[in-house]
Amino acid sequence: MKRFLGFVRKEFRHIFRDPRTLGILFGLPVVMIVLFGYVVSSDVKDIRIAILDHSKDPTSREIVRKITSSGYFIYAGDLQSEKEIAEVFESGEAKIVLMFGQDFETRIKTESTASIRLVADASDANSAQLAVNYAQAIISSYFLSKSEEISLPWQINVKSRMMYNEELSGVYMVVPGLMALILILISALMTSVTIAREKEFGTMEPLLASPLKAIEIILGKVTPYVLLSFVNAVTIILLGVFVFHVPLVGSIALLLAESMLYITLSLSIGVFISAVSNTQQSAMMISMFGLMLPTILISGFIFPIENMPTILQWFSALMPVRWFIIIIKGIMLKGTGLAFVWKETLILLGMTLFFILMAVRRFKTRLE
Amino acid sequence: MDIIRVKDLVKKFGSFVANDHLTFHVEEGEIFGFLGANGAGKTTVMRILCGLSAPTSGEIMVAGYNVYKEREKIKQNIGYMSQKFSLYEDLTVSENIRLYAGIYGMRKKEILNREDELLERLKMEEIKNKFIRDIPLGWRQKLAFSVAIFHQPRIVFLDEPTGGVDPITRRQFWEMIHEATKEGITVFVTTHYMDEAEYCDRVTIMVDGRIADLDTPRKLKEKYNAKNMNEVFLKLARKAKNGDDK
Repeated sequence: MKRFLGFVRKEFRHIFRDPRTLGILFGLPVVMIVLFGYVVSSDVKDIRIAILDHSKDPTSREIVRKITSSGYFIYAGDLQSEKEIAEVFESGEAKIVLMFGQDFETRIKTESTASIRLVADASDANSAQLAVNYAQAIISSYFLSKSEEISLPWQINVKSRMMYNEELSGVYMVVPGLMALILILISALMTSVTIAREKEFGTMEPLLASPLKAIEIILGKVTPYVLLSFVNAVTIILLGVFVFHVPLVGSIALLLAESMLYITLSLSIGVFISAVSNTQQSAMMISMFGLMLPTILISGFIFPIENMPTILQWFSALMPVRWFIIIIKGIMLKGTGLAFVWKETLILLGMTLFFILMAVRRFKTRLE
Repeated sequence: MDIIRVKDLVKKFGSFVANDHLTFHVEEGEIFGFLGANGAGKTTVMRILCGLSAPTSGEIMVAGYNVYKEREKIKQNIGYMSQKFSLYEDLTVSENIRLYAGIYGMRKKEILNREDELLERLKMEEIKNKFIRDIPLGWRQKLAFSVAIFHQPRIVFLDEPTGGVDPITRRQFWEMIHEATKEGITVFVTTHYMDEAEYCDRVTIMVDGRIADLDTPRKLKEKYNAKNMNEVFLKLARKAKNGDDK
C-alpha cells in the first residue's frame, strides 16, 4: 500500500507540474461550459421584422405592435408591395416579413377567417424556424385574449406546454451534454496520454520490472484522475445550477454516483486506448477521433438521434455519452430516480466492465 | 554459485525465432556481457530474465527463482535500467531516488540515509532539488544506474546503458559498474560497443538469435587470434553470414 501511495504521489506531481495538463484539467471545462452556455443557447432575440400590411386596420396594427414590443423582434419598416420582400431579404434589412391580406379585420368579423402570412429568410434555417415560431405564438396568444370580445362561431385553442424546460432554454440541453463531453474527454484523453507517455519515455519498462503489479501501475495512474474528474463534475454541476440556472430537481447523491460510474467508464476507456497505442500522439488521435467527434456528433448532444440514419442510430447506442446524457437530464431536469434510469445505468456498468476486461487482456498479452 | 541459469531458452514472435535454444549461466558477482548487433536478440533475453516477457520454452532460473512461476520474487531481487532513459524529467533528483526506493519497499529511514550517502558519492548534493530535465545527460545516466541499484538488488540488468553518452562519461559509468560488483551485485549488461566488452568478466556474443561464443574476453581474443573484441565479433558475425550463403 505504501509503495502504491508513493506512486500516486508521483502521478500528482506530474499533473501539478505541467501547466498544459493543468490547463486542460481545470481551464478547459470552465471555458467550455461558459462558451457553450452563452453561445450555443438556441434562443434568438432582436429579429428584424418588416411589415406588409394591405389592410392597415386597428387589428392588424395591434398585432404589429404586439410583435414589435415582444422583445424578440425589431421593427424594420413597412413594405408597399410583395416585390420588396426579396429586396429586404437580400439587403439584410429584415429576416422575416409579416403580411396582412386585404380587409383583414372585416374578414375576421364577417367570414371568421382571415389570413396572415409570415415569410422568413430561411438561408439561416434555424433562426428562420424560431422566428416563425415566435411570431405564431404571439399572434395566437393575441387572438386568444381577443376571443372573449370577438365571438366566433367556434374555436379550437391549442395550448402547449414544454415540460421540464418551459422556456425551451438551450442551456438546459447544453449543460448535461457538456458535462458528459468534458468528463469523457478529460478522463479518457488524459489517462491514455499519461500512460502512453510512460511508454514513450521508456519509464514504463522499469516500472514493469519492479515489484509493482500491472494493476497497481494502472490504478496508480488512474487514481489522481478519478479525484480530479470528480472535482470537475461537481464544478460543472455548480456552474450549471448557479450561473445558468439549470434546475437540479432530483437526488444529488444519485447524480454524483452516476457521474462517478461514468468517470470510471471513461477512465477504463482511457486505459484501453493507452494499451493499444505506444505514443502520446497516437493516444491523443484515437481519443480525439474515436471519442470526441462521435461524442459531439452522434450522441444526441447536439443533433437529435431520431433524425439520424438507422446505422448511425446504432452507432450512437455504442456511445457511453448517449446513455449518460439521458441519465443526468432525467435526474437534473425531471427528478427521476434510479427506478427510471436503471437500464441506462446497467448499460454504463456493462461498458465499464467490458473496457476494464479488454484493457487488462491487452496489458497481459503485451507481457506474454 | 550460479545466479542465473538458462537452459534451452527459446523465444518466438510468430514464426520469427528471436532466441534459438540459448544455454548459459551467470556466476554471482561477475559482470556478464551480452554482445551482438541490433536485432540479434539481446534485449529479448534480458526482458525474459526480468519477467517483462514470457519465454516460449526453456528452463530459466533467476536469483534462485523460476521465471514462469515466481516472477514477483524475481522482480524484488533485481534492478533494471532500460535502453531508453528511465528517470522522470519532471521530478527532482531526490524525488526520483525516493520514488523508486519506495516502489521497492525500502524503509523511510534507510532511504534517507542511503540517499545522502549516494548524493555525496556522486557529488550531486547541490542539485538534489533540481529537475532531471535540467541536469546534463551524463549525470542523468549515472543517476539512473544508481537508482537501479539503490535498493541493493542481487542482480542488475543494464540494457545498452551507455547509448548516446560521451566516451569520458562511459568510462566513469563503467567504473561505477565495477564499484557495484564490489558490493556483491551481479551485473548483466547488453551492449553493441565492442570496446565495452573488454570490461566484462565474461562475454556472450549473439548472432542471429544464437550464442555464437561465450568466454572471457582474453580467451575469446586468443581463440580467434584477434587484437580486440571488435575483431572477434566481426569474425563471428562474418562466419554466420557465410553459413547463410551456403
